[in-house]
Amino acid sequence: MDEALLRGLTPGVLAVLIRRGADFAAAEDAVQDALVEAVRVWPDDPPRDAKGWLVTVAWRKFLDATRADTARRRREDRAEEEPAPGPAPAVDDTLRLYFLCAHPSLTPSSAVALTLRAVGGLTTRQIARAYLVPEATMAQRISRAKRTVSGVRFDRPGDVATVLRVLYLVFNEGYSGDVDLAAEAVRLTRQLAAVIDHPEVAGLLALMLLHHARRASRTAPDGSLVPLAEQDRGLWDTELIAEGVGILQAALARDRLGEFQAQAAIAALHADAPTAAETDWAQIVEWYDELVRLTGSPVVRLNRAVAVGEADGPRAGLAALAELDDSLPRYAAVAAHLHERDGDLATAARLYAEAARKAGNLAERDHLTRRAARLNARR
Amino acid sequence: MAKYLLLKHYRGAPAPVNDVPMDRWTPEEISAHVQYMNDFAARLEKSGEFVDGQALAPEGAWVRYDGEGRPPVTDGPFAETKDLIAGWMIIDVDSYERAVELAGELSAAPGAGGKPIHEWLEVRPFLACPPTITE
Repeated sequence: MDEALLRGLTPGVLAVLIRRGADFAAAEDAVQDALVEAVRVWPDDPPRDAKGWLVTVAWRKFLDATRADTARRRREDRAEEEPAPGPAPAVDDTLRLYFLCAHPSLTPSSAVALTLRAVGGLTTRQIARAYLVPEATMAQRISRAKRTVSGVRFDRPGDVATVLRVLYLVFNEGYSGDVDLAAEAVRLTRQLAAVIDHPEVAGLLALMLLHHARRASRTAPDGSLVPLAEQDRGLWDTELIAEGVGILQAALARDRLGEFQAQAAIAALHADAPTAAETDWAQIVEWYDELVRLTGSPVVRLNRAVAVGEADGPRAGLAALAELDDSLPRYAAVAAHLHERDGDLATAARLYAEAARKAGNLAERDHLTRRAARLNARR
Repeated sequence: MAKYLLLKHYRGAPAPVNDVPMDRWTPEEISAHVQYMNDFAARLEKSGEFVDGQALAPEGAWVRYDGEGRPPVTDGPFAETKDLIAGWMIIDVDSYERAVELAGELSAAPGAGGKPIHEWLEVRPFLACPPTITE
């Protein structure tokens, strides 16, 4: 059975239940039950209309689950019963679900969990394993999130930026379980791009595809990190790159630049270079300037200093770095890199060791320690 | 079965035999060390004795309650703190002897010159649940 297909149907099915008048939390539970049922039944008895089957079963589950409640509350409910909303296009339904799961009243971790479950159709167990927390903890996080958004009314369109931030978080967190979160984020962003015409949605999709294309080359067989300049570019997925570049070009042509398009443009310039030495760093610096203008982010300025170091030489990079706060994450790592390029190996080695102590994850720490060790061995 | 915490210290443990900071090893020695640690955890998973393993950043802060309606007080990090945990592994094993045996293996991870570090690891038993049968 095609699990991806099954999960692709999830938001549509959920949206139908909500449109028929089920509240979000109950509808979501019912759809999860229906998915479990599908996994059990479909291998022996595949339905002709998969979505229709899921809607029927989920609706029945919803009715079963609420029957007791309904009986208890029938008297009160009768007084304020509203007619069910009329049929709406499926596209709007799916989109509404994305906005609901990324609602600004949710914390980022709750929005991520709810999106993966309600839009992505993952089970609570899968999400818990992906984020390395106990299943009971994740179940609580999801049910609290569902309660939080249950009362949300959609009388005006949400801000697509909140949805994009959630999808970006899913893509960027490198935890692993039996679910490939990066691939899941790509799938959900593709699905979003299919129902909304927005250059930043396209920009984020392009950004994800361009980074995903390099994945095989990012780690060595022993699990250690391989920096961009040392990656085997033969391992890059040229089809994904071509797709990402195509999507990006179409987005840029609409002349409504945003941060994801600018980030994707930088990724595209890297993807476009046959060798690290042929990278068009001057253009990359220009895109960083755009990003600084768009976001004002100090992290962007830090990355810009690396690009300046490549475009105009390490001294120029160090000068750009000197304007920044040295408590920024990865500041020491960038400083180490620029000093190494400038030939000051002693300073670079000391800074790499300092950067390793400040690293936020083991892979980076090991990588930076190796850099320090390599320079110390050469001196 | 009983659970034990194997604690690795940045500071506070007696000096290991092969006491060379990691950034003075060769890159190959670092790779060999990382490989040894990964293999060790994988082997314990296979034998059904692995529970959890985590590494900690060297810098943290001290925090305490400062009274009703006031934000907590934070202080540190203190350079003079004697004891600094670097990470842990939790194992679930049949006996104390087995816990000691495994800690010994972990301490044999290769360091500078490809020789075992002989690092001191702290082995601490978890306080278990009370038994059902007490008499």
